[in-house]
Amino acid sequence: MDFSTTITFNGLIQQFIVGLSRTTILFIVSSGLSLVLGVLRIPNVAHGSLYMLGAFLCYSVATLFGNSPIGFWFAILLAPIGVAIISLATERGLFCHLYDREHLMLLLFTFALMLIFHDAVKLIWGSEYRSLTPPVIFQGSLPILGMPFPKYNLFLLSIGPIVAVGLWFLTQRTKIGKIARAAAVDRDMVGAVGINVSWVFASVFVIGCFLAGLGGALVAPTQNITQGMDHTIIMEAFLIVIIGGLGNVWGALLGALIFGLTDSMGIMILPQFSIVFPYAAVVIVLIFRPKGLLRATW
Amino acid sequence: MLQVDGIQSFYGSSHILFGLSLTVNRGEIVCLLGRNGAGKSTTMKSIMGLVPPRQGSIRFKDENITGQKPYLIARMGMGFVPDDRRVFFDLTVDENLEISERRIEKSDSWNRDRVYDFFQPLKHIRSRKAGLLSGGEQQMLTIARALVTNPELLLLDEPTEGLAPMIVDMLEHRIRALRDAGLTILLAEQNQKTALGLSDRGYILDNGVIRYQGAIKDLQENEEVMRKYLLV
Repeated sequence: MDFSTTITFNGLIQQFIVGLSRTTILFIVSSGLSLVLGVLRIPNVAHGSLYMLGAFLCYSVATLFGNSPIGFWFAILLAPIGVAIISLATERGLFCHLYDREHLMLLLFTFALMLIFHDAVKLIWGSEYRSLTPPVIFQGSLPILGMPFPKYNLFLLSIGPIVAVGLWFLTQRTKIGKIARAAAVDRDMVGAVGINVSWVFASVFVIGCFLAGLGGALVAPTQNITQGMDHTIIMEAFLIVIIGGLGNVWGALLGALIFGLTDSMGIMILPQFSIVFPYAAVVIVLIFRPKGLLRATW
Repeated sequence: MLQVDGIQSFYGSSHILFGLSLTVNRGEIVCLLGRNGAGKSTTMKSIMGLVPPRQGSIRFKDENITGQKPYLIARMGMGFVPDDRRVFFDLTVDENLEISERRIEKSDSWNRDRVYDFFQPLKHIRSRKAGLLSGGEQQMLTIARALVTNPELLLLDEPTEGLAPMIVDMLEHRIRALRDAGLTILLAEQNQKTALGLSDRGYILDNGVIRYQGAIKDLQENEEVMRKYLLV
């Protein structure tokens, strides 16, 4: 085997930025998963399927507009909204009647959702690969430190902080966010002061699913849109949530950084074994912090 | 205002309340006395809807609330102060009150400003996380949190438990002020001095059954009952 890959400083920087844009997607998806886990205390196994649904919806909306730039923006916006509406209907129609049941039932329910969404996507879009080209302004690359850098990845990099600030504002500054934080710790007491916890759960669930859809829509122009992209992301998102601290949105940010950066830097160092790096990082984190890096909400 | 009639309540499979009945009239402070484990807290939680009784009925303001969801019971005008306080640890004092606050059309309704006047110490720690407060401060906060929901009936479960005598005196004083402000109170207490000093009527609870009921004056004179059910 030849390990003599030359690692240059500029190359490192470039991989670092690629890793950061990958981190953005991972953060958006896993923060939604973590939010739902923290407040509803349910690991939503169908979260990855909603991500996939977001990607397919994004493709369809963009195609509907003949791949025009306007169509792209509509698609980025409408796909997560579509996912949110579907999740709201699911929550109000089915899920909310199960909150009093035992935990295993709820977990099984989200598992069933995953299977249903998976087959629904297959029925609607078939099993071929789809791909989406970003609008002209995001095509090509910009030179950074003398290295060409894809413009779309730079766009992704700018979305990450916006989502992070939005989540901070939502959880810390809005009333619904404060109620959600209280419900994460003591849902009975939230009910006893006259708040309908069921609607709090619905809102949090929909916001979490919106983030899954947003992640899917944003990732659509960077990779093949296919069946199976749900399984990859749900594995990664769960690992990120676990190393970050269950239910902690900032833990999801930290976890996504570790996962995304070890992944992209690993490719530089040992390309043959690159897939191992993020998982090795997860193992190392869990050896030293079995409960995750930041405080779990429950 | 509150009629509890023959309720049977369970925690999982353990039977806690055996056909318990009690009445609270508007404007009264009624106390529920009894040893640890007698069923005082379960009674409170059953009334609030947190541990719905399997049999019997609960009427509040002439409406049947048996099996009703806690948030609807709260909105009807019932405030709950649990024995383990259960402030929202992750939120500041002010946020605890903000999310609980429910405005009503009444000139003397409770809002955050009035609650800060009522419990002055809370005003100075309004931006502190509730999880960092002392026991006395948390107790003030749980009562304040119940007050901003503008209840007509307040369920106070062991408000003085584990607190320093000075704080207990202050709370007793405040509870009297609440009665004077027109609130009806059902008070569960292990601290007899507090309970007997505050209440108009009392019930003695033992192993999930009411053993005695009557005016506080009569109870204080009934040494046999006092010794049998209350002295350790």
